[in-house]
Amino acid sequence: MGVRSLNNCSIDIENAVVSYREDIALRGVSLKVRPGEFVGIIGPNGAGKTTLLTIVNGMGKLLHGNVRVLGYTLTPGNGHSLRKKVGYVAQVQSIDPRIPMNVREVAMIGRYGPLGLFRRPSKHDWEIVDMALELVGMTHLARRPIGHLSGGEQQRTAIARCLAQEPEIFLLDEPTASLDWKAKADILELVKRIHNERRLTTLFVTHDLDALPHTCDRVVLMKDGLIVGDGAPDKLVSVENLSRLYNLPSAVVEERHPHIHTRGR
Amino acid sequence: MQNALLSAFLGGIACATIGVFVVLLHMPFIGVCMAHAAFAGALLGLWLGFNPMIGAFAFSLASAAVVGPLADRGELNPETSVGVIFSLMLGLAFLFMGLMPGPKSAALELLWGSILTNTRIDIVILGIVTALVIGIVFIFYKEIQATVFQRDMARAVGIPATAMLYSILFLTGATITASFSSIGGLLIFSLILNPAAAAYQLTYSMKRMFLISAGFGVLSGWSGLLISYLFNIPSGATIVVTSSIIFMFAVIFSPKRKVKGWQQKSVLEMEE
Repeated sequence: MGVRSLNNCSIDIENAVVSYREDIALRGVSLKVRPGEFVGIIGPNGAGKTTLLTIVNGMGKLLHGNVRVLGYTLTPGNGHSLRKKVGYVAQVQSIDPRIPMNVREVAMIGRYGPLGLFRRPSKHDWEIVDMALELVGMTHLARRPIGHLSGGEQQRTAIARCLAQEPEIFLLDEPTASLDWKAKADILELVKRIHNERRLTTLFVTHDLDALPHTCDRVVLMKDGLIVGDGAPDKLVSVENLSRLYNLPSAVVEERHPHIHTRGR
Repeated sequence: MQNALLSAFLGGIACATIGVFVVLLHMPFIGVCMAHAAFAGALLGLWLGFNPMIGAFAFSLASAAVVGPLADRGELNPETSVGVIFSLMLGLAFLFMGLMPGPKSAALELLWGSILTNTRIDIVILGIVTALVIGIVFIFYKEIQATVFQRDMARAVGIPATAMLYSILFLTGATITASFSSIGGLLIFSLILNPAAAAYQLTYSMKRMFLISAGFGVLSGWSGLLISYLFNIPSGATIVVTSSIIFMFAVIFSPKRKVKGWQQKSVLEMEE
């Protein structure tokens, strides 16, 4: 993996500035991620977390700065080829319950990018999809219409779609938001298992602060379009840091997240 | 009569195939919008004395080219952007009609269409557009499937989803214009929407939805023609009514009604 990128980084963002209309979503963010790292990204809504993910898969437009992902220097034109190597799972989407597509077909969409235009999925592609569905535990629902699934099952399908893509980078944008606690825990465990098995470079945006320390190697704190902290989860995710991040008194943070330690204890 | 059967066949397939996109993309009014654009373009042709078909193509393709980017760049809801273009086209149509000297019967004929007086050229153009629609659906099936399912997701896996959507809009414009003179500007909307909406009730497979929709399109066209011939009533109207009846039957026999029934029930409970 290190052969491709001279500085041995999967993702190398230098001083990225991104703006939407009048708002600046990222105001000079730099981040290096090594191959196989599992990075959690936390911060309040509007901090620029999702925007950070979109510049990694080439969907966001850079106003300023430099982004190198898997050896590609990101320009407005080359997003397509990069995206084929980057899996992206968003929050639970609202899906039309009558949409004429089943779980297996939705997972197959992950293969479409790498296949390219004018080529149809082969038997081999379907085998990859079936393996991905098995890995996420969706084999028994493979022929179900996608709109009939629960939120947790939809997210499993989305993860299977990413795996079918055989990506090198895995981006997760609050995949567990709006799921019940059991589905949340299951998806987290699945993501962790996939990371362990395939050593994918993973960026994981989440609000699930209690789950973070067990899942990530490293945590990035974001606020107002800037990275305000970067380090090991057990050091960084402290009551003091969270109270600063979310503008809340320490006592409130402590009350809501009793598992998180206070520095100096 | 032979010409009429052929146009109903081709128009039925092309419109019903486009209808699948329209239904799956939840943009039902794109059909009305483009039909009015074609109408305005044809009226401009009638007024300034060039071939109305050229005006119709130019206007509907131009509106197709504007609707997509307007929705994307202006960050509008796609239906809002369709509505804005629709009202502009309606205004232009009235403007051109007002400026046109002499009797307006040729203009009004465009609204109702006349499948029985189709010329060879009309049918050739319709044939080309139908072949184009089928060809593109066949070649880009997987990209289209991903794009109509979730455009952002399609983009995220590296599919040129925006280009796909814009091509679908272009095809819609071309199909509507080509079927315009046979079916008529006001009636074409239902030939686009009804067969696809009926097919949507009946299957959970997108491939089958395309096939069933095209079948219903042709069925509507041919049985509409037959009824029109038997009772000597306007063919556009009978085609539209037939397609609506097919849709009603599809709803009644839909295996998806369980889902719908459940939704209706929960809505009723909320109202109580």
